[in-house]
This record gives sequence, structure tokens and C-alpha cells, in this order.
Amino acid sequence: MEAFGLLLHGFAVLLTWKTLALMMVGLVLGIFVGVLPGLGGPNGVAILLPLTFTMDPTSAIVMLSCIYWGALFGGAITSILFNIPGEAWSVATTFDGYPMAQQGRAAEALTAAFTSSFIGSLVAVLLITFLAPMISSFALKFGPPEFFAVYLLTFCSFVGLGREAKHKTVISMSLGLLLAGVGMDTVSGQLRMTFGSSELLRGINFLVAVIGLFGISEILLTMEERLALRGHAASISLRVVLSVWKDLPKYWVTLLRSSVIGCWLGITPGGAIAASFMGYNLAKRFAKDPESFGKGRIEGVFAPETAAHASGTAALLPMLALGIPGSGTAAILLGGLMVWGLNPGPLLFVEHKDFVWGLIASMYLGNVVGLVLVLTTVPIFASILRVPFAAVAPMIVVSCAIGAYAIQNAMFDIWLMLGFGVVGYVFKKIGIPLAPFTLALVLGNRAEDAFRLSMIGSGGDLKVFWSNGLVGSITTLAIVLLFWPIIEGLFARVGWTQGTRATSR
Amino acid sequence: MSQTDLEIVVDDPTAPEDDSPSVVSSGTVEIFVCLLLLALAATLGYDNWRTGASWDSTGPEPGYFPFYLSVILGGSSLYGLIVALVAHRKAAETFVTRAQARRVMAVFVPTLLFCLATQFLGLYVASFLLIAGFMRLVGKIALWKSLLTAVVFTAIMFVTFDIAFDVIMPKGPLEAAFGY
Repeated sequence: MEAFGLLLHGFAVLLTWKTLALMMVGLVLGIFVGVLPGLGGPNGVAILLPLTFTMDPTSAIVMLSCIYWGALFGGAITSILFNIPGEAWSVATTFDGYPMAQQGRAAEALTAAFTSSFIGSLVAVLLITFLAPMISSFALKFGPPEFFAVYLLTFCSFVGLGREAKHKTVISMSLGLLLAGVGMDTVSGQLRMTFGSSELLRGINFLVAVIGLFGISEILLTMEERLALRGHAASISLRVVLSVWKDLPKYWVTLLRSSVIGCWLGITPGGAIAASFMGYNLAKRFAKDPESFGKGRIEGVFAPETAAHASGTAALLPMLALGIPGSGTAAILLGGLMVWGLNPGPLLFVEHKDFVWGLIASMYLGNVVGLVLVLTTVPIFASILRVPFAAVAPMIVVSCAIGAYAIQNAMFDIWLMLGFGVVGYVFKKIGIPLAPFTLALVLGNRAEDAFRLSMIGSGGDLKVFWSNGLVGSITTLAIVLLFWPIIEGLFARVGWTQGTRATSR
Repeated sequence: MSQTDLEIVVDDPTAPEDDSPSVVSSGTVEIFVCLLLLALAATLGYDNWRTGASWDSTGPEPGYFPFYLSVILGGSSLYGLIVALVAHRKAAETFVTRAQARRVMAVFVPTLLFCLATQFLGLYVASFLLIAGFMRLVGKIALWKSLLTAVVFTAIMFVTFDIAFDVIMPKGPLEAAFGY
């Protein structure tokens, strides 16, 4: 029950007018970012990060995480009203959400989406509240070999479990790790890969890369498509909200199933996208009349939204407890921690109690405030889409440039951002995933330090990664995951059902 | 129950045509990217090998970790190159059509000019020029609306960052004239 007391303390930290105001600002900005085409959770957080540079870490993280919740809520608005998923994880929401809007049940669908987002995040936050302190106190015993093994596990599971072509994931990840090493070497102080350039001396900043990769490239991609849209305007009345809430208990199985899927996929790097589809498909499979899905069934909104938000929130668990982000947005928040001078990792729970519990408390509060805000202001946000993209696009470009410049006050970073914009555009179009790149860029130096410290400790003996039960099992698991597709194939040949189902899919 | 009769309709008069001819196929771009990555891997690999990629008395040298990463990057790019070359013989998927390329350039070129302008005129003047110019020339929005939006947005940014949050942006001659 120690967690409970600390959580109450966290609420006390938060309940000042200043933090509540920041929370509202963050939520509004987040919903805005989620509704606009060409911007999403990670982009929004990355672009707005510079706003928080001069705040104290607790206010900063409260505002940033509220931007994130807002963006998660905002994605559902465009999916349901316009059949345009604002985010990849909202795609499954369009299957039943848009038909509902066509039948004049937009308000019902929106209420369902927001409510289930809320429930999904709440389950995940509860998980974080009780599990994160346990994991981090366990991880306090970790030495460099254990940490390297955990990093290895993260990287390997991306390669082994990702749905993209394996060599493309490896390209993206090794490129990210390489670029993370540019600049001064933290162990020896020697310069690496700078080619005599004084600009490269500082290294390639992770946030600059993210702003380019996600912000600029997303604008280029959005312009390629037809931007015409046609959708329904909706306002939500209290009567609709109450009637949807009254029916909630009927769908508890769907909600619970999706929450569990979401939490699981959020902690492992499966991600919110996979979670939303899996939530939807399972709800459909277990339904008595699966053919009614896709024609405007409310469960078809509940299932993917709950899963996506549970996963988006659960992705913060490994970030807080171990310093390993479970999603792109979590990676950016991690980058933010470093800017504010906090060292992510298990020590965070010991050294910065106020910060950690303030953040967790803000997850509870932010979700409640967000739910109310979004239910009352949908019509305003839906009409943002009337603003022509020709006005929105240059504003996003300017915001990206401000964000990139502000991180290190360097003009070179604006050019770097532009370069990464082009790289992101090309990579997305030829199917090289960007998530492993982002993760590798933010974790690269820490992974390398952990590796070199373990090597120094063991005198260069790789057996150190199997030197005790804990590190040995993590390393072995990492290698199993790396070769998972091959292992799964072998199982299939032997005739194991799970393997055969996977190959027949 | 809800007021769904109110429809929101936004048109896109300059949308790319669907039947526009392809400029380049995805396969060709993939081959090109793999070649570039291979060259990058070779350059970085060489640089790290020069820095020292072996072991000395204190443990691995600074170039050790990145050197082997360059090898992995090189290897996977080479594999990607072979896959792309083999697949290239089959029907080509379009990377970008001519109409799409025109639209992408319509954003990319102004963004490039904006970065240049930021270097010489400061960020705020550049952002005013970008927003007003883009809305007027690319979006074909009325001149007064474009100018007004640009002024208001730039002013909000200036107040938010330079004044309220103390995040100082690059400045040029115009700001200098006003004493900032």
C-alpha cells in the first residue's frame, strides 16, 4: 500500500492552479494535434517539447503527457466523423465508427470511443501504479550486463516480432545506433564519425531527428494524397452519453479483453496499432453474429479503442521503470527527461519521487479531464478540419523548425531536421520502419556504455552475459526472439498448431 | 438524435490526378537507397576502423561498437539490394506519380527556401514569408487572409517563445531594427 500513499502525495503535487491550467492547455493542444491531418501523437509531443524547456520537470511532463492523451482522444474524432484515421491505431475504429456516423449515430460512436479510451488508459495506469515500482526496485540490482541484456532484448524483439521485412528493420536499427554514436565518445572522450565537422561534434540530437522524421516527412506524405474530405458534424448531448454509459456493463468482456491485449502489447514493443487490430478481430471472433461487424456495431468501436489506449499508456511502464520506451511517443518523453536533466532508469523512482508520482497522478487526472473536455468540445474540434491544409502545412513547418532550433540553439539542427524529413519520407514509402530507428537513436549510447562497461568488467569475455541466471535468461530470450520467425517455422514443420496457424495466415 | 445533417465538406481543387504517369518505381528507389546506405556503411566503417576498432588494455576501443554496427548495416543493405534487384524484374510498384511529385515539391521547395531565409533573415521573418507565400501561391487563398494569418501566427509564436517562455529564436536585421 506504499504505492497508494505516494500516489496521494502525487495528487497533492498536482493540485495547484498552475498545473491544472497546464493540463488543460496540454489536452487542448493534444486534441488539436490529433485531429489535424499530418500530425499525430509523436509529432505533436516532439514539436511542442521546446515549450517545456524552461518549466520545472513535473509541470513539463504533466503538460507533455496531457498532449499525448489529447492526441489519443483526437484521433478518434476524425476516424468516426470523416472515415480518416488521424493515427494508424485509429484505423480499426473506422470499421464500425464511420458506419455508425452514417446512420446518424455519430454522437453514440464518439461517446463509445472516448469512454473506452478512458477505460483502456485507466486499466493501464492502474497497472503502472502497482507494477512500475516493483519492477524498478527489482531493476535496482541490475549491473551493466543486465542492462545490456535488456537493451538487447528490446532490439531483438523489434527485429523478430516486427511485421516488416527483417532486413529493413535491421537497416533502420543499425543506422539509428550508428548515428547515436556520432560525436564525442562518452567513455574515452575521443571523437567519432565527425569527419572534422564542428557541427557534428555535438552529435545528432534525437529530438531533431524525430521532428524531421515524423513532422516534416508526414507533411510531404499528406500532400501526396487527395485532401478533400466529407464528413458528419456532431454534437454530443448528455442524454446520449448517459444511454451509452448505461449499456457499458453489457460489454465488460470486450472491454476487459481489449484492455489486457493492450497492456500486454504496450509493454512488449507490439504497439498500439497491433493492439487495436487484435482487439477488434478478437471481439469479432467471439461475437455470436460476426457478420454484423463493420456495419456500425458499438462493440466494434469499444474493442479497438480500449486496446489502443491501454497499449499507448502501458508503453510508459517500461520507460518509467527501466528507462526503455515501449513506443515512439514514450521514446520522445524519454528524450524530454534527459533534456530536463533527469536520468531515466530505475533510480528515477528513488531519486525523483515527486516527479514520478506526479506523472502517474497526472495520468489519472489527465484522463478524467480529457474525457470531459472531449465530450463537450467535439463540434469545435471537428470544424478545425475546415481550415485548408495550405494554411496548416506552413504553420507545422514553422513549429517544427522552432522545435528543432530550440533544443540546442543551432541553425545546423534546422538543416538536419530537413534532411531527416526527406529520409523519413523515402523510408516510409519503401517500407523501412521508423520506430526501430527512433528507439535505437535514443538508446544507442546507453546500450553501448552498458556493453563496454560489462566488457571492461569481465575482461572482454562475452560469457558475462550468461554469468548468472537472470542475465542469462534475458540474453537467451533475446536471441530466441531474434530468430523467432525461424523457430516458429520449425514448430510448423513439426506440426504444432500455433505455428501452422501463423503460416496459414 | 444527433445533428448529423450538418455536413462538413472540404474540397481539394489541386488534388493529384489518379491516372498520372509514374515517375519512378519503388524498386528503383529501393536499389538507390540500399546503394547509398552501403556507401554510408563503408565510410563510417572505415572511419571507425581508423579510430580503432579492436581491444586495448582498458577494453574495447571507441570505434569497436560502431565498426561492427557498420558491418551489420552494410550486410543488411547488401541483402536489401539483392532482394530489390531480384524483385525488380517483376511488375513495378509506383513510388510516386508525376502529379504527386509536383505536390510534394510544392511543399518541399518552400520549406527549403524557408530554412535558407531563417539563416539570413531570422526565423520570424522567414515564417511570415513562408505562411503568407504558401497560402497565397500554393493554396490560392485570398491575399488579405494569407497576410493576416501569417502576421497573427508569427506574432503568437514570437510572444509564446521569445517573450513568455524565453526560448530564443534566430533573429535577423528586422528584429535588430526593433532592438531585439
